[in-house]
Amino acid sequence: MYQYNNKDQTLINERVAQFRRQTERFLKGELTDDQFRALRLMNGLYIQTHAPMLRVAIPYGLLNSKQIRKLAEIARKYDKGYCHFSTRQNVQYNWPKLETVPDILEELASVQMHAIQTSGNCLRNTTSDHLAGVAPDELEDPRPYCEIIRQWSTFHPEFAYLPRKFKIAVSASKTDRAATQFHDIGVHLVQNEVGQTGFKILAGGGLGRTPIIGQIIKPYLEKQHLLSYLEAILRIYNLYGRRDNKYKARIKILVKETGVGNFTEMVNAEWEKIKQGMEVSEKHFESMKAHFVPPAYNSQAAQDSSFDDAISNNTDFATWIKFNTTDHKVDGYRAVFASLKAPDRPPGDATHQQLDAIANLADEYSFGEIRTTHRQNLVFADVEQSNLFALWQKLNALNLATPNIGTVTDMICCPGLDFCSLANAGSIGIAKQINDTFDSLDYIHDLGELKINISGCMNGCAHQSVGNIGILGVDKKGIEWYQITLGGSSENDASIGDRLGPAIAKEEVVAAIGTILEVYLQHRSQEETFLNTVKRIGITPFREKVYANS
Amino acid sequence: MQILKNQQLTENTWKFLPDDAELPDEPIDITVSLKRWIQDQEILKKYPGKLGIRLNPDDSIDSLPSSLKKVPLIEINFPTFTDGRGFSIAQILRTQFNYESEIRAVGEFMLDQIYYLSRVGVNSFALENQENLPDAITMFNEFSDSYQTSVN
Repeated sequence: MYQYNNKDQTLINERVAQFRRQTERFLKGELTDDQFRALRLMNGLYIQTHAPMLRVAIPYGLLNSKQIRKLAEIARKYDKGYCHFSTRQNVQYNWPKLETVPDILEELASVQMHAIQTSGNCLRNTTSDHLAGVAPDELEDPRPYCEIIRQWSTFHPEFAYLPRKFKIAVSASKTDRAATQFHDIGVHLVQNEVGQTGFKILAGGGLGRTPIIGQIIKPYLEKQHLLSYLEAILRIYNLYGRRDNKYKARIKILVKETGVGNFTEMVNAEWEKIKQGMEVSEKHFESMKAHFVPPAYNSQAAQDSSFDDAISNNTDFATWIKFNTTDHKVDGYRAVFASLKAPDRPPGDATHQQLDAIANLADEYSFGEIRTTHRQNLVFADVEQSNLFALWQKLNALNLATPNIGTVTDMICCPGLDFCSLANAGSIGIAKQINDTFDSLDYIHDLGELKINISGCMNGCAHQSVGNIGILGVDKKGIEWYQITLGGSSENDASIGDRLGPAIAKEEVVAAIGTILEVYLQHRSQEETFLNTVKRIGITPFREKVYANS
Repeated sequence: MQILKNQQLTENTWKFLPDDAELPDEPIDITVSLKRWIQDQEILKKYPGKLGIRLNPDDSIDSLPSSLKKVPLIEINFPTFTDGRGFSIAQILRTQFNYESEIRAVGEFMLDQIYYLSRVGVNSFALENQENLPDAITMFNEFSDSYQTSVN
């Protein structure tokens, strides 16, 4: 993975010192609330319902074991012993004290981590495929390009006070695992007709209140122009994005109101003016790629026979392999998901003990690295098949082996009313009810691939509008109600879910989900997924059943 | 009033003339809005004092004339510190209009924005609160390196 050089380390150390001064000035009354708000947000610090919340950046979701141990240590020393992995591959602490945040940032800097630009109206953490570098369907490892974008976007002097936040996601695979069609900019690695690698650029996608699918504005960008093209998009957005209404300030609204054709022309005109002199050199690409060379794989890994034996002899292990591991580009290896969706835990949370243990397991079984996923789980990307059984047993003992990846209980869930000052309704409670109700693994596995996303408000941090089943908390005269949508997807077949009908009372949500699942099981043909069934039969059969008695 | 220019405390000689104000009798240094600068060109040509332009975030920089290079001062107004259009305007003035004279930030920008502003080519700063001048001078050295090619 990328290792900081002196310049990187100096810059984050200087950032810590800067934020320490800013915090001191705020506490002395030299900065107003509004001024400090903008500055603290660009260091990941929110003031929340109970306490500040600190969001720490995990660039494109990649962590080493030393960093994981540091996250555990921070959870112990400065928080309540746990942390929460977010849908943008970052990690959040819900209970730090404002005065200690500069100390936390200093601890992070000691392991090449930071909270820079994890919030605020600026360029956010660049996200990518959690299987980057190991996915069999990958054109090329996207992470060197992610790191180039990370550096360009970090402390970009021109784009720190944008109309609204700005998120970039990069994918290099046939299957889009990074939801690139729902980002302000989606970057796809592609090949042109003569086999050169370049980028397809999408713009104007986004979730939140107005979910919109991004549109292609550059079908093929030669790779040396990556940064000048991003800069042109950002400049047009900074100058012309709406600033009169924060709900209309994202680039998706600019693209929509300007029209994608006009928007593209504006970007291209700006790009023509600036592209010369901003090229990324081949040497720079190569030096970045050198940080992401594949680890020393065992060429004999596929010779092992114990793995097949274990699958035959242990159905629980076989089930876990089926749901919680995935194919690897190297024979004899698999990528393993550690499920942060155990039924008795809030989705995406990990305790400091779990983190320390994960760090040790990463060292033992996966070249000392871990990835975070946008569905709030963790990945050991490079596990030799002969080690899978041992890893499974150890993850089981840590409550990290619930075999539910990609199933009904692998929910994306925001912190909701329990923690977040924006929320209208609880989300963790709904997730718990779903877990309590659908507690039969056989039933969960029979349902198969099914993505439920639960957000506690319109801001949609849990991406409910692209959940196969989306659940959105709304406030009706102080009472929590939930709006259900069906048929959303953030993958290649990107779509925004359709509203099932009127909002449903909290105590009836799980029964409604149960009814929806029954309708699916009645109508599905063979191996058809929930999403495909909804697409085929439409929303009406579900609506009729759920609202039959109202 | 003192301002910061090229990282030094400097006495300010400039005054902004609102659109509805008459031209001063004395030839003092004034800035006018882009609108007035374009509309009153003939009258302003005869003004004996120095003449600069004050840009607001929604001014169309495409309408700036090529004679801009001769203007001794361009002020970029920040109506609120959260409005970041001024950063792009400064960058474009320096890199696309090749404007070399003084670009001054005026209005509600924060001390904590001085470093980024100087990187996109702003080289003078008019602070609303003069008491902040000593702190402001320290802001230029917050970072010793950078990732992007920018003006500075």
